[in-house]
Amino acid sequence: MSEPILELRDVRTHFPIRQGFFFKRQVGTVKAVDGVTLSLARGEVLGLVGESGCGKSTLARTILQLLPTTSGSVLLSGRTLADCEAGELMRLRRDLQMVFQDPYASLNPRMTVFATLSEPLLTHGVCDRSEATRQVAELMERVGLAPRFMQKYPHEFSGGQRQRIAIARALALRPQIIIADEPVSALDVSIQAQILNLLAKLVREMGLSLVFIAHDLSVVKHISDRVAVMYLGRIVEIGEARRVIDDPQHPYTRALVSAIPRPDPEVERNRQRIVLPGDPPSPINPPSGCTFHPRCPHAVDACKAAFPELRPAAGREVACSRIGAF
Amino acid sequence: MSLLTVNDLRTYFHTRNGVYRAVDGVSFALDRGETLGIVGESGSGKSVTCYSIMGLIPQPPGRIESGSAIFDGTDLLRCRPEEARAIRGKRISMIFQDPMTSLNPYLRISEQLIEPLLIHGLASRKDALRRALEMLEAVGINDAAKRIHYYPHEFSGGMRQRVMIAMALITRPELLIADEPTTALDVTVQAQILELIRRLQQEYGMAVIFITHDLGVVSGLCDRVQVMYGGRIVETASTRTLFRTPLHPYTRALQQSIPSLQPKGVELFTIPGMPPDLSKPISGCAFAARCAAATARCTGADPVLTEMSPGHAQACLRVAAGEL
Repeated sequence: MSEPILELRDVRTHFPIRQGFFFKRQVGTVKAVDGVTLSLARGEVLGLVGESGCGKSTLARTILQLLPTTSGSVLLSGRTLADCEAGELMRLRRDLQMVFQDPYASLNPRMTVFATLSEPLLTHGVCDRSEATRQVAELMERVGLAPRFMQKYPHEFSGGQRQRIAIARALALRPQIIIADEPVSALDVSIQAQILNLLAKLVREMGLSLVFIAHDLSVVKHISDRVAVMYLGRIVEIGEARRVIDDPQHPYTRALVSAIPRPDPEVERNRQRIVLPGDPPSPINPPSGCTFHPRCPHAVDACKAAFPELRPAAGREVACSRIGAF
Repeated sequence: MSLLTVNDLRTYFHTRNGVYRAVDGVSFALDRGETLGIVGESGSGKSVTCYSIMGLIPQPPGRIESGSAIFDGTDLLRCRPEEARAIRGKRISMIFQDPMTSLNPYLRISEQLIEPLLIHGLASRKDALRRALEMLEAVGINDAAKRIHYYPHEFSGGMRQRVMIAMALITRPELLIADEPTTALDVTVQAQILELIRRLQQEYGMAVIFITHDLGVVSGLCDRVQVMYGGRIVETASTRTLFRTPLHPYTRALQQSIPSLQPKGVELFTIPGMPPDLSKPISGCAFAARCAAATARCTGADPVLTEMSPGHAQACLRVAAGEL
């Protein structure tokens, strides 16, 4: 892989919880993202998985600077985004685009496809109105929509087609990185496959880097080069997709993989499933030490003391102090 | 004898934009203690089928055009309202996809749990509360004696779905209809809930209809699966047979589009096009427009569910003729 295009260094995003009417005092902190370090190479697809509340969407929004970082830094092609002035940030953001989960909510119902897709072009002064028509037509073709639908509104399209419009919008400024936050979760199985193929094609043809956020591990494994597993705001395992999902090392990843229902009755009925007790704890008062220890089948007293760092193990990095002991 | 027999059920919605044929001639039977999975994409009619049986179709715009649903000798679609009320919520219960919106946010869990028992006159208030507590413990809620007095917002998503299950099972129903009960949940919580439904079903010996779009969920839980498309059943078989030898082109295509069954990095198999527009009459097979094997005959005649081997029926003309 070449030099990283995106780097996160110990990024933390915390939200204060305030109470009181006149004198709002801070009564706690939600540690949504709590020390994430990772890098993304040019043309690489990184899958980010974890359950709801693990901080994966907050991390996506932090990368885009839609949320301020509490500490740590996000670097795009070596430039720290938080240090940039507004004008420069706007220019850099052209390289960093997002696709959201719900194509019903992320498109403005009052804007035609043309208006939606030409807006970024005109805002960033990429081209004038007459040229925009040609570029919009090209974008639509690229994502598999017929340009003759340019003057239609979002409600005239199906869910899968809307997600194509959202992807076209993200591509309009020819970004280097796309962050897709659960882009197929709201779609039917047969439509999911269409959108996954489209994303894979775009990565290949346009040399894009993709951060693919999802909770469906089989989908993530299919599209990603590398996978990062998040639990309560931290990465607990990161490495090559096939390795992490076919042979998970961290006890949480193991439970997550074992929880996926297999579409094969034979396998499904005979396998041992690791069923985790309880729900993920609250990020307001996370457990001490390794935040996974209250639900971990292999936890010992030492796990309550300190959060383990990510360390190389079996060809990937794992944040567990008991690796090899179970 | 079957516990439930649905025969030629047709549920249409009469809207300003035309007649929407959500369920168009569905027949099936369910034995006592059996688990039936109904699989299909959104708009395939899987939920409307069950809502029709439960009498939950808003009328108008909905209308049950024809058919019967005989539950233990009573036709739920034609019986007097009192008769239906004596069965619904007592002998047949239902759980829904979204535990957030199907619990009343203003009422304590205890009040909601005992409601079915009080309405059906099955227990005194004191007795009902005792049974509610037992039920909460049975679905695995820790500290149930305290939590029974909580409000729904004080529970997590998985806990709420447990409460829903407790509420549905408190009358010891003979049939439980579960409409995508795990779709809104995380995988680890989904595993817990599926395990719970499986355990309780064995304990209570009830029949279950499990509606889902996820073939993976069906494979571990159901004895039999029926696949729906465009308001009709296209294939039904025992779970093992359906996964091992799917016959209908739609079932095959659905199975092929599951990412985990395909080699990594290869372009995923996709079904071209989109599900049919049910507000327009479909001539012949609803899947023909997206089917790679369709011929002119497919749009000519209505497909009939044909038994290919004992217990395995499918509705493709060409498969029935031995051409595929």
